[in-house]
Amino acid sequence: MQTEPQKSRQGTSDTRSITFRINGEDRNIVIRPWVSLLDCLRDHLDLTGTKKGCDHGQCGACTVICDGKRVLSCLTLAVMKDGAEITTIEGIANGNELHPLQQAFIDHDAFQCGYCTPGQICSAIGLLKEGKANTREEVKELMSGNLCRCGANVGIIDAVMQVKNGGSYE
Amino acid sequence: MNNFDYQQASDVAGTIKLACDNSQAKFIAGGTNLLDLWKYNLVHPSLLIDINHLSELSEIRGRSDGGLRLGAAVRNADTAYHPSVETRYPLLSRAILAGASAQIRNMASNGGNLLQRTRCYYFYDHQVPCNKRNPGSGCPAKEGYNRMHAILGASEDCIAVFPSDMCVALAALEATVNIVCKAGKRTLAFADFHRLPGDRPDLDNHLKPDELITSIDLPEKGFPLNYSYLKLRDRHSYAFALVSVATALELEGDIITEARIALGGVAHKPWRSAEAEEFLRGKPANKENFSTAAEIILKGAKGYGYNDFKIKLAKNAVVRNGMMALNPASQLPGAQPSA
Repeated sequence: MQTEPQKSRQGTSDTRSITFRINGEDRNIVIRPWVSLLDCLRDHLDLTGTKKGCDHGQCGACTVICDGKRVLSCLTLAVMKDGAEITTIEGIANGNELHPLQQAFIDHDAFQCGYCTPGQICSAIGLLKEGKANTREEVKELMSGNLCRCGANVGIIDAVMQVKNGGSYE
Repeated sequence: MNNFDYQQASDVAGTIKLACDNSQAKFIAGGTNLLDLWKYNLVHPSLLIDINHLSELSEIRGRSDGGLRLGAAVRNADTAYHPSVETRYPLLSRAILAGASAQIRNMASNGGNLLQRTRCYYFYDHQVPCNKRNPGSGCPAKEGYNRMHAILGASEDCIAVFPSDMCVALAALEATVNIVCKAGKRTLAFADFHRLPGDRPDLDNHLKPDELITSIDLPEKGFPLNYSYLKLRDRHSYAFALVSVATALELEGDIITEARIALGGVAHKPWRSAEAEEFLRGKPANKENFSTAAEIILKGAKGYGYNDFKIKLAKNAVVRNGMMALNPASQLPGAQPSA
């Protein structure tokens, strides 16, 4: 991908004032229309837990929960989410008490480098909330949008299954 | 990547007016393909018009003719898991769930699914010619690495394939596409929406730049008893089809009274053969007849080297999916072949 714009700057560069509710806190931000939700979180709101992997919707590292659904923040424009409720990896623990999925990832060694982990956990939260996966095969299929290049996939699915079968999660 | 303006419109008429007033405007719903193309410098919108707030695009509802209307801005996941789609049009549900990932299906819209562009890697690579990206520049895929490319309906100018799964089912179900423009409304049969590349591979379909898809209508007949979607790909999940097949059958005993077979991953649009479907009518649903139908469908198929295998793969997939349609319960998550 080229770093310089190929075409001259088109349209207007008006900034917009938008408000999200992020991890339970209202945040107002003035932003340009082409800023992705991912860049908004990381560069404008200092929420760097959400990771930029491919920036093209292929790896799932940037997965966040937006209005209750797991989405890819790299292919979402922040300006389109004015008024949305967003949960990132920073917002899932209850104080010092880990979210059950965080604990399960530790229990099952469900990471090595850890770069995909925030996206994996946010995706798993979405998966459990959707309630469409009953079997291990279905969990694998519905977690396929999150790639792990370290190869911790077996541990990741084990961790998700532990929480799914334990039944205790938000 | 260029900068762009962003606006929301409160009604369809206002949305169309914005598009007519801004020649480089694009509509945005899910954005999963559009923003990706923008990041690859393949689209340069001056303005993005957000259509997510248009209520008439945002619902699924029954129609008086017994069919079902799918709003263009409804998400792919919400469509696939909608009770009416799951029970009356399970082929569509299966096909949608075979595509992309859960996150992308939560974002991507129905209208956008129809408009997604090819994943031909030469199309994305600005260092090489591509007639779809830069008309008249050439097609390196024909002599290049063309494992994913077309075996049917290709042209001298383009051998790209249309990547959708959802649209393969919509083709088999004979959906219609409702469109609005400044002059009014029009409806296209699904088979007439996408086009073959010919000498204009830059055009994927017959939608004009200031036209907006408002909904997709499913006819009453949904083939809920005998259907199957089979998707064959290099990765077990979350990959585009090398070959996919949507099969919908109506049976009386073991005799086929109606057959619909659409192929994905093989052409510039979902591929059907009226001759093959007519051949199956009145015949027993068995491997031999599906095999003859497959030969008819793949008549004239042409490989370009690396994708030669797709001709045999497609034939086998038609047969296998025909047999799977006899027992839809045998289907596995992700449209995998059953054991």
